[in-house]
Amino acid sequence: MHTPRSQVTAARARLRLVYLYGDLMNLYGDRGNIITLQRRCAWRNIDLEVVEATIGDRIEPDKSDIFFFGGGQDREQEVVSRDLALRTGEAIQEAVEDGAALLAVCGGYQLLGYFFRTADGTEIPGVGLFDAYTIAGPARNVGNVVVDASLDGQRHTLVGFENHSGRTYLGQAPSGASQAASHIGGCPQASGPHRTVPLGRVLVGNGNNGEDHFEGAQDRHAIGTYLHGPVLPKNPWLADWLIQAALRRRLGEDASLLPLDDTEEVAAHDTLMARVLRSGNVRTSIR
Amino acid sequence: MRVSPWMPFRLTLALLAGRAAAFASRRFGRGGGTVLPGHVVPRIHPHAVDRVIDQLPHGTVLLSGTNGKTTTTRMISHIATGSGLHPIHNRSGANLMTGIVTAIVLNADLRGRPRGDIGVFEADEAQVPAAVEAVRPRVLALLNIFRDQLDRYGEVDLVARIWRDAVARLDPEATLVLNVDDPLAAQVASAARGPVVTFGLQVQSVGSPELSHEADKRLCPMCGHRLQYTWSYFGHIGHYLCQACGWHRPRPDVSIERIDTGRDGRMELTMRTGAGELSTVLPLPGVYNAYNALAAVSVCQVLGLPTPAIAEGLRTFTAVFGRQERVHVGEGSIVLALVKNPVGFNQVLSWGFGSSSLFVIAVNDLLADGTDVSWLWDVDFEPLAGSVERIVCTGLRAQDMALRLKYALASPSQIVTEPRVDRAVDMAVQAAAAGGHVVVFPTYTAMLTIRRELQRRRIVAPFWED
Repeated sequence: MHTPRSQVTAARARLRLVYLYGDLMNLYGDRGNIITLQRRCAWRNIDLEVVEATIGDRIEPDKSDIFFFGGGQDREQEVVSRDLALRTGEAIQEAVEDGAALLAVCGGYQLLGYFFRTADGTEIPGVGLFDAYTIAGPARNVGNVVVDASLDGQRHTLVGFENHSGRTYLGQAPSGASQAASHIGGCPQASGPHRTVPLGRVLVGNGNNGEDHFEGAQDRHAIGTYLHGPVLPKNPWLADWLIQAALRRRLGEDASLLPLDDTEEVAAHDTLMARVLRSGNVRTSIR
Repeated sequence: MRVSPWMPFRLTLALLAGRAAAFASRRFGRGGGTVLPGHVVPRIHPHAVDRVIDQLPHGTVLLSGTNGKTTTTRMISHIATGSGLHPIHNRSGANLMTGIVTAIVLNADLRGRPRGDIGVFEADEAQVPAAVEAVRPRVLALLNIFRDQLDRYGEVDLVARIWRDAVARLDPEATLVLNVDDPLAAQVASAARGPVVTFGLQVQSVGSPELSHEADKRLCPMCGHRLQYTWSYFGHIGHYLCQACGWHRPRPDVSIERIDTGRDGRMELTMRTGAGELSTVLPLPGVYNAYNALAAVSVCQVLGLPTPAIAEGLRTFTAVFGRQERVHVGEGSIVLALVKNPVGFNQVLSWGFGSSSLFVIAVNDLLADGTDVSWLWDVDFEPLAGSVERIVCTGLRAQDMALRLKYALASPSQIVTEPRVDRAVDMAVQAAAAGGHVVVFPTYTAMLTIRRELQRRRIVAPFWED
């Protein structure tokens, strides 16, 4: 086993987390993801500065190490979409292209695809960071989720709770399905070919769309997911993957994280997973 | 409609079956028989409820809202009783349609004559349209909408839409009573066809100019621009205005003008009402209980109850089942404080529990609790660091709760994980018997289990007898 280096040897590492539209997009305990990243950095002596960026704020791509983008309701999403189109969307693209880490949950995930078509047919344009699009479905997918996930060739399980009516499909929208080729942030080909892959396969639950059994998306160090719960506390490996990506962008590829005692995290993860796998899930659909 | 000669007999049969179902549920089941009759009776006689409701001379009052409906319903019932009325109401937070129907049939004799003269019912937020249709209220009071059990409703906007639909169907003679400090409730007024009475706080001795992170709603319900708050009480409750379209909180018809918090958190309230000034002392802590009292006053004034009886009713009000209810054990005590959502939990924590030696947080994730426990991360547990000796996490989601505390508190030695609720209750009883002050924070179904465990140890009486 390698001796962990980086922040213990070098000067105290400093990272900046940008909480995107936290005042408008913060449903379902999303704040827990921020708390988790803060504490897991603090336990390792990494300074994580959290800055909120909302409507009208300017983002500096080279100074942003981790982005968090939470869930919101349709109306909030429209307001946020308009602001993303001004310049923030491009700034996020630029940072991720440069190696920044990003976690987007639910509504934030949807807004980072090409578009989100709501139940009344309104098309909310997205950033196009993920090669994905979302269409509102007839019912809400609600319940516990277990995912067999894979990141950088490593397999892990993810547990969480989904609550969404949008159905997300990876890839380009079928032609004619949308006029949202005019998604914000320019043409997807402009920033090079996409490498969007699913985050994992659903073992219990619906995931992206309830049809292809995929959940979430990964593109460079950006993760999109439908998992609330919140997702990071019970899946600490994902939190550490984000922190490590951000740290490596700052300190170089050999930077690694000190291991932590994750007894409580693992207990919460395993208890829920065992229960959900055993009993399946009482799936609730809301019309 | 053709009236079959055997319909009166069928009504009796339905009511009898309802009573048998309640008895069976208490005798053999685990519950208090508060919902089963609601399933049985309408199958035998679909209009049994109408028959009873039609015979209530003072009509019915219906309340809904995310937080405070049980307490407010009980306040109104208590005031009404003190004014010489005989209210019937659904007890114990049984507020789905089955619970409302059960309350109605169990409070009628076998010929469908009610054992009271006014109905006071609480309805779950999503059940308001069905409840309006069933009990045809003369007063509908809507308290607030917070994020709560979003797994069941989807989004808070959806609840607001459901309410607008219900209000549009309300009898034009009926009065709508609204909390205008909640923009989500206030906007419902525009759907009203009849009279509207609004209530709100006009004090600045509580609250702050800043919105808290737990706030659910900060966009104007009329035009979608961001709402500006000039004052915030908790969550998104406060004084707001939209600078884009000019929509703003109206000045309330009934308001609290002054709150003086005394010993034990009891509050002296000074209210401005349509019938003049009303001063009283509310023996409960917390700003949100001030809102509950204000809602109760607003409703009772619409009912025409005399002001002195209203003030006296609040002064003599005692806590409801599991809602900051205190039981004495040996030298010590156990307080039960139901928690359902982050706003409510933060409010309860903000009372401060003085020298509490033990907290028990019991989190279940069954349908009545809400199956999504994400909201625990929106509760501010951070101030508990160092102020409580031990915190026991129990229930189906004990590990989730313990994990939340690990990230909130500096010292993990404060945290004990005991998934079995009966054992957690043992710890609470032992600590209280040794002179400690214990506070138990259960979600809904965990509270039922804890009540049952306390009852088994003969510490509390069965709740359906209260």
